[in-house]
Amino acid sequence: MSRLATVYKKEVRENLRDRRSLFNSVLLGPILFPILFIGLAYFASSKQQERVEQVLEVPVVGAENAPNLVSFLEQQGVVIQTAAEDPEASVRTQEVQVIIRIPEQFGEQWKTGKPAVIELIADPSRRESDIPMQRVRGLLNAYGAQIGQLRLQLRGVSPTIRSPIMIKDIDLSTPQSRGMLVMIMLPYVLMITAFTGGMHLAVDSTAGEKERKSLEPLLINPVPRWQVMLGKMAATATYAFASLFLTLLAFRFAFPLLPTGALGVDLSLSAKAIGGILLAVGPVVILAAAMLTTLAALAKSLREAQSYMGLVFMIPMIPSLIFMVNPMKPETWMMAIPMFSQNLLIGEFVRGESVSLLWLIMSMGSTLLIGFVFAAVAATLFNRPRIVFSN
Amino acid sequence: MIKVSNLHKSFGKVKAVRGISFEVRDGEITGLLGPNGAGKTTTLRMLYSLLPPDEGEIRIDGLDPTRDAMAIKQTLGVVPDGRGLYTRMSARENIVYYGELHGMSRKDIGERIEELVETLDMADFIERRTEGFSQGQRVKVAIARAMVHRPQTVLLDEPSNGLDVMSTRALRRYILGLKEAGHSVVLSTHIMQEVAALCDRIIIIANGQIAADGSARELLEKSGCDSLEDAFVRLIGSEEGLLA
Repeated sequence: MSRLATVYKKEVRENLRDRRSLFNSVLLGPILFPILFIGLAYFASSKQQERVEQVLEVPVVGAENAPNLVSFLEQQGVVIQTAAEDPEASVRTQEVQVIIRIPEQFGEQWKTGKPAVIELIADPSRRESDIPMQRVRGLLNAYGAQIGQLRLQLRGVSPTIRSPIMIKDIDLSTPQSRGMLVMIMLPYVLMITAFTGGMHLAVDSTAGEKERKSLEPLLINPVPRWQVMLGKMAATATYAFASLFLTLLAFRFAFPLLPTGALGVDLSLSAKAIGGILLAVGPVVILAAAMLTTLAALAKSLREAQSYMGLVFMIPMIPSLIFMVNPMKPETWMMAIPMFSQNLLIGEFVRGESVSLLWLIMSMGSTLLIGFVFAAVAATLFNRPRIVFSN
Repeated sequence: MIKVSNLHKSFGKVKAVRGISFEVRDGEITGLLGPNGAGKTTTLRMLYSLLPPDEGEIRIDGLDPTRDAMAIKQTLGVVPDGRGLYTRMSARENIVYYGELHGMSRKDIGERIEELVETLDMADFIERRTEGFSQGQRVKVAIARAMVHRPQTVLLDEPSNGLDVMSTRALRRYILGLKEAGHSVVLSTHIMQEVAALCDRIIIIANGQIAADGSARELLEKSGCDSLEDAFVRLIGSEEGLLA
């Protein structure tokens, strides 16, 4: 076993001297991701504020058909513009985002007490139109409600008759659980880090050694090949774990810098949450190291290995995407699914909930099991004579 | 002491080695001479237990590489064709790594490196990273690395590839020194002068088979030629691969 340690120490030390390896483990996860995160949050919150506070300029077609409505809008601070000749086209080209069209029969419908039709022309598939659309719709609804009330009062009916129920929100989310952006992104970022942190080392120490022809002399030494493989895999896992730890630390310091407006809450990563996350994601690091070593051992060249690594990015992405599209309530059986369970557990830890020991053990156990399977595959690959042949 | 009998090895349809038998004695330098692709490297790879033979038997000091791989690796020093140094490590670190993989103590490795630095004349670059080393420096480090555990049997694959005259001479002196110290040395090469200058026994391999086996003089007599080069061409039956 001391030979295994020799291989391990050499890989760790040699890769400390490799700028690309350090870039992958230290720069990407711990530095770039938090910066990206803060940047995106600032961008999102400033955009949102801009759109909410901006003066709303809305072209109106047929303003003469509803002068009262138009003056109501003007009172609410809307700048009414004359519409282009073809309003649909100008929305389609996104010259303007929302146009109100008041048809000619509006006055007639209004007078006879029928619901008077107002057309709102917009393209909801364009996300930047969301806010102006909501604002216009809100104003129109407010006008409608106001007139409705007046009409009821005129007939001596209490306006409350129109409100048989009233919905009252009782918010049970803890402040942390509202940070949706973080809840979705953080698990993904951490899982990616567990893979990228050791990626370069895995490729360099296996496919790279093969290509530089140093694997053949290495394997002539009296060391069982599985020990050589395990030493390299352990070095990969160490780099990934260090990267993961640094990333968590970076986020701990980055969270206070986030604009509170973007998330609606202050988020923080307690030392306890960091400890829990490291414990939960630790097995993923081992699984990732085993997977990367297997792929790197399969590849005949450095380039081939690198092209596999692009695919590896997809693996931690899949569970995160499923979770993003379809947020689920964590249940015990889900803890048996590697990568998916960590997504849920990270969420629990960040929310500051206490995680059941059973869940943690199931998640760690199932992930480690798959990790050991991959490690066994990698060991078998190392035992093939062709491991040393590069082309 | 190496004994090889009736060795066969195929890769798919390609028969790389087809029934090779020879003996290598201690205190002798044996040259495997043959054109490129003749099966020299494959034979060496079977000797150092990287490849299992399809058929035939190998004994190195009585040990079988297919069964006693770990024990054989302790007694072998191998300088493969590719050298394969770690460029981000110094020459010394490269050698220490192999010493540790052989289970040697730090002190033992340190002493051994002093000896090797002396005999191989490596004092100028022993502490330097091997990135950018000349071919000669690289071969020296590869040899020191292979010899760190004092192996009895030494296998060198194309050791003088890419070396200049001075380095080649130094290398030959070193290999002759090994012979005097009683090691058994096998070197594979396609360079005639090398064989003539060094080898006690020459085994000519062509198309995966042994074309001739004997001392330089015996080969000349057998072929009826004046020069070893002519003898070589005559014995393998063609000039194919010689110029490659």
